Order: sequence, then C-alpha cells, then structure tokens
Amino acid sequence: MRLRSLMLGVAAAALFAASAQAQMTDGGIKIGVLTDMSGTYSDLSGGGSVWAAKKAVEDYLKDKPGLKVEVVGADHQNKADISANTARQWYDVDKVDVIVDLVTSSTALAVNQIAKEKNKVALVSGAASSALTGKDCTANTIHWTYDTWSLANGTGNAITKTGGDSWFFLTADYAFGQALEKDTAAVVEKNGGKVLGKVRHPFPAQDFSSFLLQAQASKAKIIGLANAGADTTNAIKQASEFGIVSGGQNLAGLLVFITDVHALGLKTAQGLIFTEAWYWDANDNNRAFAKEYAAANGGKYPTMVHAGVYSSVIHYLKSVEALKGDADGAAVVAKMKELPTDDKLYGKGTVRADGRKIHDMYLFEVKKPAESKGPWDYYKTRATIPAAEAWRPLDAGECPLVKK
Amino acid sequence: MFELLGVPPQALFGQLFLGLINGAFYALLSLGLAVIFGMLNVINFAHGAQYMMGAFGAWVLLKYLGIPYWGALVIVPVVVGALGVVLERLLLSRLYHLDHLYGLLLTFGLAIIFEGIARYAFGASGVSYENPIPGGVNLGFMFLPWYRAWVIVFSLAVCLGTWLMIEKTKLGSYLRAAVERPDLVQAMGINVPLMITLTYGFGVALAALAGVLAAPVYSVTPKIGAEIIIVVFAVVVIGGMGSILGSVVTGFGLGMVEGLTKVFYPEASNIVIFVIMAIVLITRPAGLFGTAK
Repeated sequence: MRLRSLMLGVAAAALFAASAQAQMTDGGIKIGVLTDMSGTYSDLSGGGSVWAAKKAVEDYLKDKPGLKVEVVGADHQNKADISANTARQWYDVDKVDVIVDLVTSSTALAVNQIAKEKNKVALVSGAASSALTGKDCTANTIHWTYDTWSLANGTGNAITKTGGDSWFFLTADYAFGQALEKDTAAVVEKNGGKVLGKVRHPFPAQDFSSFLLQAQASKAKIIGLANAGADTTNAIKQASEFGIVSGGQNLAGLLVFITDVHALGLKTAQGLIFTEAWYWDANDNNRAFAKEYAAANGGKYPTMVHAGVYSSVIHYLKSVEALKGDADGAAVVAKMKELPTDDKLYGKGTVRADGRKIHDMYLFEVKKPAESKGPWDYYKTRATIPAAEAWRPLDAGECPLVKK
Repeated sequence: MFELLGVPPQALFGQLFLGLINGAFYALLSLGLAVIFGMLNVINFAHGAQYMMGAFGAWVLLKYLGIPYWGALVIVPVVVGALGVVLERLLLSRLYHLDHLYGLLLTFGLAIIFEGIARYAFGASGVSYENPIPGGVNLGFMFLPWYRAWVIVFSLAVCLGTWLMIEKTKLGSYLRAAVERPDLVQAMGINVPLMITLTYGFGVALAALAGVLAAPVYSVTPKIGAEIIIVVFAVVVIGGMGSILGSVVTGFGLGMVEGLTKVFYPEASNIVIFVIMAIVLITRPAGLFGTAK
C-alpha cells in the first residue's frame, strides 16, 4: 500500500515535471539501447552499443551544458516478444524517447511497429532485414548501418564480376538467411552468373560438414554463406578442414563482422571477401574511437554496429535540438531526414524518405597472417562502393512512404 | 550414374560417414551422462558446460602455456574432472536423499553460471583453435580430414574402454553393486561415497575430453555446450537412461540418422532426433537398451 502511494506520488511528480518543461518530455532525452547483452550477437552489439551511445552523448554534450540526456540499456535475448515488451515498457512507463541498436531482424521489426504505434523513434543499427525500409517502413524508424540488400549487392557484384559466376548457397533457415540468399541470388543472376543449388541449414547449426560436402559436389565456384555469427564461423572453419578452398572453390561471407574474423583467426579467415559499412582502421577518427572503445571493453574492438549506434545517436540529438522538442517521434524522424548527417565516424551522409541512412559501403578482404601488423589489424579495403550504388533504389523497395 | 533414392551412392556413403563422426561426439557425451546417471542417479545438466570448459581449456593451455593439443587431451580432462570432484563433494552430495529434480536444478544453475563466466572471460563470438592434424585423404566418395578420422578412432576406443571397465573389471563390479545396494557394499569395507565422487569426476572428465576433441572442428564459443547438450539428452533417453552400451550405440546410430536427414531434408535435421525420441518414449518408455525399474 505504501509502495502504491509512493508510486502515485512519483507519477504525479513526473506529470508535473512534464508540464513544467514543455519542450523535452520529462525534462530530458532518454535513449534506450535494446540489444543482445548475453547471446551470440553480444560481442558485435551488446554492452559495446551501450558504451557507444553513451560516448555519443558525451561527445555531443561537450559544449551544450543545458541539455539533459540519459542512456539506458536492456537485453532482448534475440527474442521478438521480449523486445516488444521492453519497448512498450520503455516508451510507456520509463519515458524512453528513442530506442537504438536493435540487433536481430525479428526484434527490430517488432519495435518498428511499436515505435509507430506510440509515435516514438527507433534507430536500427544492428539488424539486417531490408524490409525495414521496404514494405515494413514507417515514419518513425531509420535503418542506419547496413541491410541485406547492400550486403548482397556489394559482395555479389564484386565476386560475380571477377569470375565467380556459379554459386551454391548455405542458408540459415529463417527470415534473415532467406532474405540474404534471395537478394544475393538476384544480384548474381543479374550479372550473368548462375545459382547451382542451395541447402537450408537449421539455425543455429554446429556441424556443416554435411552441407559443405553437398556444396563441394555442386562444383560451384563460389559457396555463399547466407548466415551469421557462429554459423558463419563454423562453416568457414570446417570448409578449411575439408579442403574446400584448397580444392578450388571459394567462400563468400555475406554477413561477417570483425568479431567473427577475430574468433576465426587470420589463418582460417584469410582471403575471405565481404561487405561492411565501417572499419576501425580506416582513418584517424575511427582509430581514436576504437582505441577508447577497446580500453573500455576489455580489449575488444568496435564493429560497424557500434559505430552505427554512435552515429545515429549524434544525428538524433542534433535533430531534436534543431526541432526544440522530442515529444513527436515522427516529427523528429522527419527532421532527421531533412538535415544532412555528419559525424566523425560515418562522415557526411543523408537519410532517405524510406528511412534508409545513406553512406558508402566497403568491400573488404581479410589479410594474410603475415600482413597483419597488430591486434585486430584484419582487413584490407578491396573497393569502396559509393553511396549512390550501395543501396536499393528508392523506388524498388515498395515502401509506402515513397510517393510513386 | 545410378542413384539411390535420388542421391548418388558416393554422396550417401560420405554423409553416413560424416554422421558417424558427429555420432562420436554424441556417444562420448552421452556416455558420460549415462555413467553419472547410472551410478549417482543425478541428471547432470552441467554436462554441456563441462564440455565447453574442455574446449576452452584446450585453448587456454595452448595460448597461455604453449601446451599443444596432445598435452591438452590428457591435462584438460584431469583438471575439469577434478573440478567436478570438488562440485560433487561441495554441492551435489548434499542432494542425494532428495528428488532427482533438485540435482537437475542445481546442475542447470551451474551450467548457466559456467556459461556466463566463459562469456565474460572469452567473449560471445568465441576463440579459434587450430587443427593439430590438418590435411586428409580422398576416399573416392569423400574427402576425409585426418582429424575427423582420429576423432572416430579415439572416441570408439574411449567408449569401448569405459564399457569394458564398468562391465568386465572388479572395480566395475563394485560400482554396479554400489548402485543396487550401497549399504551392503559399504558393509563389505568398500568406500562407497569415494567411489561415487570419483565416478562423477570421471563422467565430467569424459565431457571435457569431448570438448578438447571438438575444439579444432567447431567454433569454440560459450554456447557450444548448450547447443549440443539437448541433443545428447535425447540420445540418452532413446538409449535408455543409465545404459552404458545403449548410450554409445545410440550416439553413433543417431549421428548417422541425422547425417542422412541432412541429405534428404536438411531443414529437419535438427528435429529428427527428437521425433525419434518421441516415438521411442511412446513405444519403449525405458529406452531402446534400458530396463524398466
């Protein structure tokens, strides 16, 4: 009973505070980092994303003492229902204005709908599904770092054009893997290549020897790995064991993070080609960020997702400030689309009408062990995919926000 | 080229063989579980975590102490087994007079703790362990990596050795007697609690051994144990709880069934074992090799 009266008191105080400070709801901005804190993706997003969001706030507030910004984090365990419940709790009760990161497509798609329903903001950095800016796009969501279309386009194009014209897919049997396979197959066929076969493996899987044997028998030049995380690293490790690469076939990782390369080791991962949005060793700004990140995160280096969280938070704060208010989520997102993006990690860019953040993508190749000069020195840049070519054309995504 | 059920026979042999290799892991793990359940009546849910500790143990030895794979194969099971002994003395032994459920809950909790520690120490994406015997031989129907051949031979030897020890030696007869009538065996002057402790340590060591064997082929992540342990439990249930021979034969057999599923209908390959488990539970609740108590 006492607890309830106390809660009522707090609620009343909150209401009072809200009416006293009309511009920012409840007197400040609250950023919720909803991510995988303990599962497979916790290295590539997780606690590191919370750190990146806090870092962005710290950097942004350096010369703006008046603004009050708070960052909170929660674990969605890669489950859509937990993700949805947390989002509702955050938006409704805890006064969270914007949810960032959202690794794993199913969790991002769930929050995408709730943000729209509550007129709040969702900035997706971790998830891959290009449906977020396609048929599921909303006026409250921006998809920041990468998507299945850009990965397929980058890697598929580069490999097919350099002679890898016959493909066999190892596909994780769920929405993400199937989308990645479909998008890549389309790119391969557009470039005159052929898809010789595919096998859908359960998610997660540990032993890929059987699937690799089928891929080997297909005689395809390229084995496309339409999966992620431990599935990808297991497949690559076992492909090397079964002499797939020494037998003349090549692997194409369709979604590879630097944490995966780290887990594999250069000896196994060398020569692997894939597309990413950001690499820590690309310029001085990135290196400085990575150094600070590593110092705060047990020596691990940041992924493109962490950098994406940083970048998205900076742009959000900038837009809220320009708008002088954070209450109307759709208005904030409209402002974010109107203003050009500019931050130290992703440089200059834009946000498109369908909610797609536009920047260059990069085709990387994993270094040979002899080429690597220090810890986490893993990539060399094969090509820069200019922003104009890196993303699905605006009219091809079937996003209802885009006027035909 | 003639085909068997729509698949070239070479491919079929290859897949059966690969299934056998996976079966080797199932057999080793379910053997440890069966030994522990048979002797202690404890459902050791921490088995997967102990397997994971074995894999990380091998990596730690190589990385920090420079001890290669072959050394790890001996040292890691001994160390992890010793940890098991401590666990049994400190915690498990207090639960023997209670229902199975308590032991299960305790070991389940321990598994979560071990997994969390590994994630904290090594990260969620895991570490890589180099293959100690790279290369392989072309058998005509498939490329057989030397390492996988070693896994099959070695685990068969370990399974056979364990079975012989329990069924054919004097020590084994004490163990089996202690399961039936601990009071009588104790009266004959045999230290039953010590035997039980060592048995748990041995079962745990088997899990760690499987972990060391797995390190060069699978990505070593904190989750490897949690992923495989569910399947291994199904193997133990199908084989018959506590049946040593049953767990080994079912381990290898189900590995092959799974291998075949990966050819004909890969999407179902992670549920086929559970379908079989359901059928076995309906028709023979004590398992294929078990005897109803």
